[in-house]
Amino acid sequence: MNFDPIILTLILVTPLAGAILLALIPEREDSSNGGEYTDSKRHAIGALVVTLLTLLLTLHLPAHFNYHAAPHTFQFEENLPWISSPAIRYHLGVDGLSMWLIVLAGFLAPMGVLASWNAVHRRTRLFYTLFLLQQVAMLGIFVALDLFLYYGFWELSLVPMTLLIATFGRTENRRRAAIKFFLYAFIPSAILLVAILWLYNLTGSFDLTTLQALAGAHQIAASPTALLLCSFAFLVAFAVKVPIFPLHGWLQDAVTEAPTAAVMVLAGKLGLYSILRFSFGIFADQSRHVAPLLISLGAIGIVYGSLIALIRSDLKKLAAFSTLAHVSFVVLGIFTFTVLGMDGGIFQILNESLIGAAFFLLLGLLYERYGTYEMRDYGGLAARHPWMATMFVVTSLAAVGLPMLNGFVGEFLILSGAMQSVIIHHALWTTLGATGVIFGAGYMLWMIQRVFYGSPGVRTEEVQGWDLCGREHLELWPFAVLFLIMGIASPLWMRAIDTYGAPTATAIAPSGAPSSAQTTAKILSTPAVAESSLARNSNITQLTDVRQEVR
Amino acid sequence: MSTNLLTLLPELILTLTAVLVMLLEPLLAAGASRKPLGWLAILGSSGSGVAALYQLRVVHALGTLTGFYGTIQVDAFSIFFHLLIASVVVTTLLASLDYFPPDQVSHAGEYFALVLFGATGMMFMTSSVELLMVFIGLEISSISTYILAGFRKGRATASESAIKYFLLGSFATAFLLYGIALCFGATGSTAIAAIGAGMAVTKTPLFGWLAVGMVLIGLGFKVSAAPFHVWTPDVYQGAPAPVVGLMSTAPKAAAFAVLLRFLFEAAPTDRHHWAPLIAIMAVASMTIGNLGALLQSDAKRLLAYSSIAHAGYLLVAFTAPEPLAVSTACFYTAAYAAMNVGAFVVLTQLSGFSEQLRTIDDLTGLALRRPALSAFLAFFLLSLIGIPFTGGFFGKFYVFSAAVHSGYTWLAIVGLANSGLACFYYLRLLTALYARPTADTVRDLPMPRGISVPAGLALIATAAATLLLGILPNRILSLAQRAAPATVAQCIMDR
Repeated sequence: MNFDPIILTLILVTPLAGAILLALIPEREDSSNGGEYTDSKRHAIGALVVTLLTLLLTLHLPAHFNYHAAPHTFQFEENLPWISSPAIRYHLGVDGLSMWLIVLAGFLAPMGVLASWNAVHRRTRLFYTLFLLQQVAMLGIFVALDLFLYYGFWELSLVPMTLLIATFGRTENRRRAAIKFFLYAFIPSAILLVAILWLYNLTGSFDLTTLQALAGAHQIAASPTALLLCSFAFLVAFAVKVPIFPLHGWLQDAVTEAPTAAVMVLAGKLGLYSILRFSFGIFADQSRHVAPLLISLGAIGIVYGSLIALIRSDLKKLAAFSTLAHVSFVVLGIFTFTVLGMDGGIFQILNESLIGAAFFLLLGLLYERYGTYEMRDYGGLAARHPWMATMFVVTSLAAVGLPMLNGFVGEFLILSGAMQSVIIHHALWTTLGATGVIFGAGYMLWMIQRVFYGSPGVRTEEVQGWDLCGREHLELWPFAVLFLIMGIASPLWMRAIDTYGAPTATAIAPSGAPSSAQTTAKILSTPAVAESSLARNSNITQLTDVRQEVR
Repeated sequence: MSTNLLTLLPELILTLTAVLVMLLEPLLAAGASRKPLGWLAILGSSGSGVAALYQLRVVHALGTLTGFYGTIQVDAFSIFFHLLIASVVVTTLLASLDYFPPDQVSHAGEYFALVLFGATGMMFMTSSVELLMVFIGLEISSISTYILAGFRKGRATASESAIKYFLLGSFATAFLLYGIALCFGATGSTAIAAIGAGMAVTKTPLFGWLAVGMVLIGLGFKVSAAPFHVWTPDVYQGAPAPVVGLMSTAPKAAAFAVLLRFLFEAAPTDRHHWAPLIAIMAVASMTIGNLGALLQSDAKRLLAYSSIAHAGYLLVAFTAPEPLAVSTACFYTAAYAAMNVGAFVVLTQLSGFSEQLRTIDDLTGLALRRPALSAFLAFFLLSLIGIPFTGGFFGKFYVFSAAVHSGYTWLAIVGLANSGLACFYYLRLLTALYARPTADTVRDLPMPRGISVPAGLALIATAAATLLLGILPNRILSLAQRAAPATVAQCIMDR
C-alpha cells in the first residue's frame, strides 16, 4: 500500500490519538499521599509505544524521499481546503529542510519517555499527555505549509510546554518560569499574527508556496518599509524561540525548571526551522538586509553564551548557556547565505538538538542519583560510574566539535562557509565567533573535570549512586552511535539538506558570492570531511588527553 | 400582514413556559425539589430554539419576515442571535438544576422563570427594528437580570451586586431613552430604517450626533465597554456563578446586535465618522479590562475584567465595513458565549451555592482533586487566551483580520499586544490549577467528587462548541455570513 499521500497526517494523528488515549486511562489512586496519585507504569509504557510508532512512521520519509525533485518543491504533499473564507487550507509537505527535522523530533520523543521513566513518578497521566501534545505541535510546525495552520501549531506548542514547566518544574520558581516562557514567546507571536493577517490582506493567501512565488516575483504590493517591518515581525517571533541573543531571557529559567524530557525539545530547532522556512522563504530580500545584524548577534551569542557558561557552577544553567552558544552558531551559518554555511547550519540544527538532548539526559541521570545540579557538590565520579563518565565525555566531545563526531562537521561547514562570504564584516564577526569554539571546549572539559575527576564532592560522599542500568544504556547508546555515524557519514544527511540549502542560499546570496554549488559538492563528497581539519590541533590533543584519562 | 405571530414564535414559547413555571411552582410542596420545573424550562428554551430554526427555514423560502406593523423583523441576523440566546439559556439552566441547596430550593422556581423572562427580552431586542420596541426588550431583560444578580439572598455582596446593577443599569437605560428621543427629534421616527433615511436629510445633524452618542453610552453600559464598565466586577462578584455565565454573554450579545443594527442602519453618514470613536472605545476596553484583571485574585472578578476586555475585542469588529463587521461580530459573540458560559459552568460546579472557593489560591492544585473539571476549565481558559484550534482563537483571528482588512492595522497590533497581556492572568489561574497545593494555600473544603449529569451535559456541550468553532468554523461562519447580507440589503435600499 502506498502511504505517501497520507503519511504526514498519520505522523500527526498518531501522537494526538495517543495523547487522547492516555488522558482517558485513569491513574491508580493512593490516598496515603494526600490525594496525589502515585504511578503505575501504564502511562509511560503507552507513551513509549506511541512515540516508537511515530518514529517508525517518520522513518518512512527518508526511505521514500525523492532526491531529484526540482528545488522549492514539496513532497508527500497533502492539500485540502479547510475553511473557505478566509481561505485556509490543510496543506502539509516535506522537503530537504524539514525531512530530517521530523525524523529528529520522532527520535527524541521515545528518548524523552525513557528519560522520564523513573524521573516522573507522580501525575504520570498529565505528564505523558502533555508530552505527546507537545510532540504533535512540534511535528505540526515542521510539516505545515499554510501560514494559518503553521501558526496554529506554533502557538499550540507553547501550551503543553508551559504546563509541563509549571507543574513538573524542579523548584518553587516553576510557575514564574512557566509564565515567563509563555509570555516571551506569545507576545512576539501575537505581532507575528498581525503580520500574517497583513500579508493575507495583500495577497489573499495563507499558502506558503503561493506567497513564495508572489514574493519571488516582487508582486506583493506594499512599500519596501512595510515589507521590512513585516519581515521583522516574523523574524523577532522566531528569534525569541531560538533564542537569539539578546532575546534569550526566558531560556535560563525554563531550562533550569523544565523536566528533562521537556528541556530536550525546548530550544533551537523550532525557531531556526521557522527562520529558514518562512523568513528566508517569503522575505529573501529583507533577510539579506538584516543579515549583517544577525551575523553579529550570532557571533556575540556564541561568545557571550560560552563565557557565561564558563562561570556557571549550576549544571543546568551551564547547559542553558551552552545551548545559546550552539544555536548562535547555526544563526551565524545560515545568515551568511553561502551554500556551505546554509547546509552546515541546517546540519548543525540536527547535531545541536541531539547533543543537547544527550547532555540534558545525562544531567537528568546525575540528578536522579544525587538530587543536585550544583557542580561543587560533585567530584571524582569517574571511578564509580565509568560508563556514565564515558557517555559524558563522548557527548562533550561531540559538543566541542571533535573530528569524527558530528559537531565537528557542522561547525566546520559553518565557519568555512562564513569565511567564504565576500563581505568583510562577516569575516570579522566569524573570527570572533570562532573563538567561541575554544571557550566551548573550555567549559565542557572543565565541567567534566570537576564532576568526574578530582576528590569526591560533598554530595557524592553522602549518596551512593549507581552506574548506568539497562534502560539508561538504551537511552544513551543511540545518541553515541548517531554522533559517530553523523560525523563520518554526513553525506547521508547532507544529500537531502543540500536540496534545500543550495538553491535557497544561491537565491538569497548577494550577487558575486563564491557560493557555487560546486564547492559544496566537492567538500561534501569527501566522506572524511571530519579528518581534514588540522586547524584545531590544540583542541584535539586536549581532548585525546581526556579520553586517555577516562580509559 | 400587520400582526404575524410567527415572527414572535420563539419569544411566545419562552413567555408561555415561564408563566407555566410560575403557575406550577406553588403547587409543589415547600421542600420538594424544583427540578421538574427546571426541566420544563429547559424544554421551553429548547423549544424556542427549534422555533427559531423553523423561522430560518421560512425565511430561507420566503425572505425576511416582518410583523406587528413593521416593528419586528425576522431575518438571518435575528435568528442567529435567537439561536445563540436559546443555547446559552439551555446551558445555564442545565448548570443550575442542581445549584440550589435544600434550604434555598423554594426559590428555584422563580429563578427558572426569571431566566426565561430575561431571555424573552433579549430575543425581543434582536428582532426589533423599532427603537421603542428595542427599549421594551431591553427593560424586560434588564429587570430579570437585576433580580437574578441578587439571588444569593442574605449575602452582602449579593445585595451590593443587585443594587449596583440596578442603579447603574437604569442610568444607562435613561441615556438610551434620551438617545431615542433625540433620534425622534432629528428624524421624526423611531423605526431604525426610517431614522437612517431621515438622518441623511435632517436639518439638525447635531441632534443626530448627540443621539448616536447617547445610544452608544446606553448600550456601552450593557456590553460593559470602557469607560462604562465600572459596575462589571462588583456585579459579577456578587451574582450567582451560573447567572454571571448568562449575563456576561446573552444580554451582551443582544446589546451588540442592537448596536450593529443601529450603527450600520440608523447612524448618520458613513462609518468613517464614528469608526474611530468605536476604535478608541475598543482600545480602552481591552486595555482597562486586561490591566484590571492583572490585579485580581478572585476568579469571578478576574473573569469580569476579562469580559470587559472581550467586549473591547468585539468592538474592534465594528471598524470593518458592514458585511464583514456583522459576520465577524456574530462569530465572536458565539465563540465568546461558548467559552465563557463553559468557564462559569465549571465555577458553578466547583463552588456551588455557597461559593466558598473564590480566589486563585483556593483553586491551586485543583487538578489533583478534580481532574476532569480542571481540564474543562483549562480548555476554556486556553480558548479565552486565544490558543489555536479553539473558538476563541478563530474569533480573535477573524476580528483582527477584519481590522487589518479595513485599514486599522494599528488597532490589530494594539489588540494582539493586549491579548499577550491577557495571557498573564489567564495563565496565573491556569498554572494554579495544575500546581501542587502548598500547605498554606490549600483549604480543606468539602468538595464532592463527580459532576452532576445535567452539568456534565452543559460542560460537554460548551466544550464541544468551543472546539468545533476552532477547528470546523465553516458552518457557523456561513450562518454568520448569511446573517450579514440581510442587513446590508436593507441598508442599501434605505440609502
